[in-house]
Amino acid sequence: MSEVVLDKVRKVYAGGVEAVRGVDIHVPAGAFCVLVGPSGCGKSTLLRMIAGLETITGGECRIGARRVNELEPAERDIAMVFQNYALYPHMSVYDNMAYGLRNRGTPKPEIDERVKEAARILEITPFLDRKPRALSGGQRQRVAMGRAIVRKPQVFLFDEPLSNLDAKLRIQMRVEIKKLQRALAVTSVYVTHDQLEAMTLADVLVVMNKGEVEQTGAPLDIYEKPASTFVASFIGAPPMNLVPVEAGENRPKAEGLTGGLGLAVPPGGAILGVRPEHLMVVTGAVPEDSLGITFPVSAVEAVGAETFVYGPIGGTGQDIIARLPGKALLAPGTPVSVAASAEHLHLFDRQTGKRIGP
Amino acid sequence: MEKRVVFDGKLLPYALLMPQLLITIIFFYWPAAQAVWQSFFIQDAFGLTMQFVWFENYSVLFANPDYYRSMVTTLVFSCLVTFFSLSIALMFAVQADKHIKAAGAYKTFLMWPYAVAPAIAGVLWLFMFQPSLGLVAQAIRALGVDWNPQLNGGHAMTLVVMAATWKQISYNFLFFLAGLQSIPKSVIEAAAIDGARPARRFWTIIFPLLSPTTFFLLVVNIVYVFFDTFGIIDSVTGGGPAQATTTLVYKVFSDGRLGGDLGGSAAQSVILMILVIGLTAIQFRYIERKVQY
Amino acid sequence: MVERQSLFSFLPHVILLIGIFIVAFPVYVAFVASTWDPATISNGQMPLWPGPHLVENYTQTLFQGTAKSSREPVGMMMLNSLIMALTIAIGKIAISIISAFAIVYFRFPFRMAAFWVIFVTLMLPVEVRIYPTYKIVADLGLLDSYLGLTVPLIASATATLLFRQFFMTVPDELVEASKIDGASAMQFFKDTLLPLSITSIAALFVIQFIYGWNQYLWPLLITTRESMGRPDGVADRHGDRRAGHAAAGAGGDPDAAALRQGPGRDREVRQFR
Repeated sequence: MSEVVLDKVRKVYAGGVEAVRGVDIHVPAGAFCVLVGPSGCGKSTLLRMIAGLETITGGECRIGARRVNELEPAERDIAMVFQNYALYPHMSVYDNMAYGLRNRGTPKPEIDERVKEAARILEITPFLDRKPRALSGGQRQRVAMGRAIVRKPQVFLFDEPLSNLDAKLRIQMRVEIKKLQRALAVTSVYVTHDQLEAMTLADVLVVMNKGEVEQTGAPLDIYEKPASTFVASFIGAPPMNLVPVEAGENRPKAEGLTGGLGLAVPPGGAILGVRPEHLMVVTGAVPEDSLGITFPVSAVEAVGAETFVYGPIGGTGQDIIARLPGKALLAPGTPVSVAASAEHLHLFDRQTGKRIGP
Repeated sequence: MEKRVVFDGKLLPYALLMPQLLITIIFFYWPAAQAVWQSFFIQDAFGLTMQFVWFENYSVLFANPDYYRSMVTTLVFSCLVTFFSLSIALMFAVQADKHIKAAGAYKTFLMWPYAVAPAIAGVLWLFMFQPSLGLVAQAIRALGVDWNPQLNGGHAMTLVVMAATWKQISYNFLFFLAGLQSIPKSVIEAAAIDGARPARRFWTIIFPLLSPTTFFLLVVNIVYVFFDTFGIIDSVTGGGPAQATTTLVYKVFSDGRLGGDLGGSAAQSVILMILVIGLTAIQFRYIERKVQY
Repeated sequence: MVERQSLFSFLPHVILLIGIFIVAFPVYVAFVASTWDPATISNGQMPLWPGPHLVENYTQTLFQGTAKSSREPVGMMMLNSLIMALTIAIGKIAISIISAFAIVYFRFPFRMAAFWVIFVTLMLPVEVRIYPTYKIVADLGLLDSYLGLTVPLIASATATLLFRQFFMTVPDELVEASKIDGASAMQFFKDTLLPLSITSIAALFVIQFIYGWNQYLWPLLITTRESMGRPDGVADRHGDRRAGHAAAGAGGDPDAAALRQGPGRDREVRQFR
């Protein structure tokens, strides 16, 4: 078990496209780090650079104390789980797991012992003689995991390993991966575009956008204090409401907004953020420091445990979303007033999108 | 399309390519270059001296009515074989594509002439149409036609066209069938709902959607008729009677053989190469782009 | 399907049966002829059903040769064809799969140049460069040898292209997984790529075997027992043979002619003329 350190890592492709622009990440030994971001944000490239499948254009990648920039993938002591599993289709499950050990000249009895141990942990012992095509998606996923854990590597790398599974299985495997990682305590780097997966798995969450790190931290810290409008809208579903506001008298000013006293907006205006789940229906007066929003309901989605209410706010033409608990009896066309308390408000710079308060 | 990840290796890839490249250069490029080179020389009757004559071999060739005749022969032969083998194969493929019983068995039976050597195909047909003892020939003569491919150029051409077509049907059949089966059923069903009757459906929907296959086969068949039919012509007619079935390729062979005119033969080879390169270029231009509907 | 059941549902069967008849009839006629004695055939009275001479004709042609023409037994020729076809098919596959491997899985200077050098040979069928190629084989002293017969036909742009296409469809992740599993390039080739290519290899083997077995012009030139080392010399031989052409497949030796059913045996054909 070793730490993984990325120091100003850059990737420039032959055509001049800069896929990764100077990324610093520190994954403590034994931690589970998740790289999350939209497609094309450079997260997979970053993972493949750690694996040694892409060359590193600039900066340094260290595993443990070792600089690995110039090492072959096989020499880095890593194991990887691929999105499509990349199982060798012509080999049995056993051989798939044993192949890497055989290439390293591990003695036969030890290979056998390790493969059987991994199979036991992953509950795939009955399938050891089968070919991958005779397995279900979830079983293939386990074999791919098994291939990684038999090697007892310093680092596990996961490249969107759950995206080929159906929704139910994905949740189940997500929990298992987390348990397994805890049990083995192997440093892991996990790439996904699914913010829910990222939130649930990560010890260290890295949100990436356009080849740069937007924010690094514990998942809940990032949820509570997103560093930019990008992070605010990427983490959390449905995404945070972002409303352009002007500077009022020590409060934000926009059509349909009330309250918000004490939230200082700079003279040039700003973007006000509030998560849908922090909006509550109010009937009476809104406290001065809370933010009140009144909008006509345009659509209601009741999913049982909660209700999503949509409606346009002010002159922006933008929809606001409120996530209300239980069954909210609201008819489309009627106006509704909702409010969020002061600690749930976020303020971002209008130009850069960076967090400016509170 | 390129691989994302490759192996390192300085000498290994060259070592892997070496056998193929060596054989290619020694037996393809070197002779091709020699053909070009030789086409500028005239060899004396004893093969002892060579004289550089620039384009004389070519001008002699183009002044020779025999060469034009063989061009016309090639053209007629190509058009007939291509047309018949494509249309007959398409007809069979359309039938076999229908959901009928034993479609698989029909397919198997229609497939195997592909494995018959052209020369053998020629012999099989010759055996049926040989004027004095061929079964079919006798039937034709009994009808009052003076069938004799050994004397009548038209009859000889008919015979080689039949043999060449017969040999090629299975290849075309397979590709047409694959092409038909790759047309989404929903498109045909949509056309049916739009009120198109089966015949109209074929010509307005299926045939246009099949055009990439048809085009591919067209080129493949032309190349086939040019080169692979050598065995058929050699075994059935030997280019005769009176050169009535001498195609360009057959002429390269027979001129080089009988006349010992290597320069002239080389010039013909060069012209053929240019032709094939042209055909192949067209083929890949369109296949890469995929003929669109 | 959107076909309605109609009175014409038998039509496809009729058309396909006609197709099978066209395809099968010439071969059937040849088979029937191979079961009759020469006299029956040469007087043009051969019936459409098999005769009594089947075993006799085949054993003679396969193992003894025909007395009249003092010809070699066909069995021997078939063995020759088999050796040639096998060598060509295996050779083509072997050199094509490694060159495709080099082109797809390595980056090296002149990679595309090498690809095009191989690719362009698609445009140079043996027929168009027949005499110069013959001359080179003669210069190398390879006439009348299996080497001369097969090696020039072994280079294959088609097989290289097919393997390249196939390798392109092999997921990149398998290479990556192999690299992480510590496999070298040749280990990847042997342990993963080759087993995955088995179906392609099998399909290609059939096609290339037929190609090798059906070779006609090339063996015609290369196997000259009285090799003179000059194309026109070889050609003279062919000229002689052609003298009896009018009787081809017929007057000369109906038994042998009748035997040419099934997959082709080029050299017999020219022998029997």
